[in-house]
Amino acid sequence: MAYDYAKFIRPGRLPHIWCPGCGYGIIMKSMLRAIDSTGWSKDEIVLASGIGCASRLPGYVDFNTIHTTHGRSLGFATGIKLANPALKVIAMGGDGDMSAIGGNHFIHACRRNIDITVLVFNNYIYGMTGGQYSPTTPMGAKATTAPYGMIEPSFDIARLAVAAGATFVGRTTSYHAVPMEKLILQALNHKGLSVVEIMAGCPTGYGRRNGQKAASDMLIWEKEHAVPYEKAKNMTEAEMAGKFAIGVIYKDESRPEYVESYDRAVGLSKRG
Amino acid sequence: MSKDKRFLQGNDAVALGALYAGCRFFAGYPITPSTEVAEKLAAMLPKAGGRFIQMEDEIAAMAAVIGASLAGRKSLTATSGPGMSLKMENLGFGCMAEVPCVILNVMRGGPSTGTPTGPGQSDIMQAKWGPHGDHPCIALTPSTVAEQFTETVRAFNLSEKYRTPVIILTDEIIGHMREAVEIPAEGELEVIDRVKPDCAPEDYLPYDSSKGDVPPMANFGEGYRYHVTGLNHDASGFPTAKPSIIDSEERRLVRKVEANYDDIVKVEEFMCGDADRIVFAFGSSARSAKDAVLALREKGVKAGLLKALTIWPFPERHIKKYADGGVKGILVPELNLGQAVCETERAAGGKCPVEGLFRVDSEAILPSQISGTLERF
Ligand SMILES: Cc1ncc(C[n+]2csc(CCOP(=O)(O)OP(=O)(O)O)c2C)c(N)n1
Ligand code: SF4
Repeated sequence: MAYDYAKFIRPGRLPHIWCPGCGYGIIMKSMLRAIDSTGWSKDEIVLASGIGCASRLPGYVDFNTIHTTHGRSLGFATGIKLANPALKVIAMGGDGDMSAIGGNHFIHACRRNIDITVLVFNNYIYGMTGGQYSPTTPMGAKATTAPYGMIEPSFDIARLAVAAGATFVGRTTSYHAVPMEKLILQALNHKGLSVVEIMAGCPTGYGRRNGQKAASDMLIWEKEHAVPYEKAKNMTEAEMAGKFAIGVIYKDESRPEYVESYDRAVGLSKRG
Repeated sequence: MSKDKRFLQGNDAVALGALYAGCRFFAGYPITPSTEVAEKLAAMLPKAGGRFIQMEDEIAAMAAVIGASLAGRKSLTATSGPGMSLKMENLGFGCMAEVPCVILNVMRGGPSTGTPTGPGQSDIMQAKWGPHGDHPCIALTPSTVAEQFTETVRAFNLSEKYRTPVIILTDEIIGHMREAVEIPAEGELEVIDRVKPDCAPEDYLPYDSSKGDVPPMANFGEGYRYHVTGLNHDASGFPTAKPSIIDSEERRLVRKVEANYDDIVKVEEFMCGDADRIVFAFGSSARSAKDAVLALREKGVKAGLLKALTIWPFPERHIKKYADGGVKGILVPELNLGQAVCETERAAGGKCPVEGLFRVDSEAILPSQISGTLERF
């Protein structure tokens, strides 16, 4: 039987704003199935987003939701978690939101290892504002603000997260809807800061300027360029050129979580 | 019972006032001359069951404070000039999403880095107009260490009552000076908490103004699942593009503060009864103004002081009363090149001359400067 999403969708909030062929709808569905598997109640879940197409997701789903300012969801999420650590906090945003304007908050949230799950929707482009380049736009790719091709090297968001101190880091794509669900579930259940980078197609802002006219072209591209991490680990840099690893990339359950460390350090034994 | 009397620094008084008001969360980023507030609360908040965090910048600190308030904790951040500039976008978000919180700006001169260790009063207009768009503004201006305490309590009360961020505009002089303060006993000062919804969660509309301009507020995690956004939204909290709703909600946002002048605007009228000339002052400049008035009275000059403890909404009715009453003039001393003076002029409506006395050399305005000018009126 097909999965019934109705219990998580806010009545009257659909249709969503996303373009036909946008990868974000697949992410929303995988995320909802993962949340369902946690067994958490809707009342204890908080979704915080920044600004952008990805960041419109919280408005559609029936949790405590906050659509903040561009790049700042992790600041808000940190305050929410510290105020009430019993809440399950999920922050989300696009590649621009999380790694350009919000890059500073992203690395510091990772460093603190606060118990928040961060979903980065990486479509290589600024979708909402119409296709300008982002810190993940591949070299040579076209964007409205890179009409001659992108000349800046890109961020590898998952590696950035590991380097900054996140204790669970994974990557997936909108093609891998079921593995994505399982990866997000692992991230949600991880105690500490978890990051899932999700490659997703933006046919409107990226694909049509970069040889992937149809949404299906983008899904096929994701399938063909994703390499399971266990395999990627043993491949040379040359073999991995243009490709990316998917799956669990890093996991460390030994490092203390931020709010617990705080409470221990200051003598706040009981949480409130 | 013996009184709890302490010799306190102005910044410490804000920290103690915040705790008295029920503040249980602080997020900030160090900046002179405000840092003592963060240091004090880093030590004291956990003892009161609260939490403290030093964020990566003031943008994140402002965000964290709004987030913590949404999750049910009264929250404070403290900063000065450059940090205040960074807070502006999220401050506007707090106004739009109607989230109570308190922002302390210990003013120094500026622009840019200015003189970090010197006083200023040059962020008066920034407090009101810093965030883009039309929005409500409540800003308080204590001028003694005791007022640092009581006005901080009032700032929290107003933010909870009106569901909006409240700014405390103090300055380096008051932040760093020490005075003897009697700490109010528990229960001595009123402490106001946000009004929560009494309806069933399925009937809750987070921005329902049918019963008044300030809608009841549920905290995240209490069973009232709702959406918060900085986009124009309707009573349900979801974005709207309907011109009539955008219009009515923006007007309500501003009205909920502006229509409550008598409750929010606090002005001390010192020797104003028979005064034929008035000095309108706030913060550290009000201290010099008081000395000036006392000195002039000794000489038989009928001077009076209007000391603003609320600078936004601007105390225009108080000023108008004296302008209409036929005083010879109103003097506005301020540590900037003319901000409150323009508002004063507007309030006086041409009924009497309004003059400014400005200083931006990082020194306080002297009582003699004020009395000298007032004498000429
Ligand atoms: C402070 C600020 N600067 C700029 C913008 C304009 N803006 C809105 S969304 C966006 C970028 C969106 O790209 P991304 O974060 O990658 O998300 P996507 O839309 O692709 O999901 C920008 C620049 C803004 N809203 N706020
Ligand atoms: S612009 Fe791109 S990211 Fe935004 S909804 Fe359309 S396809 Fe999706």
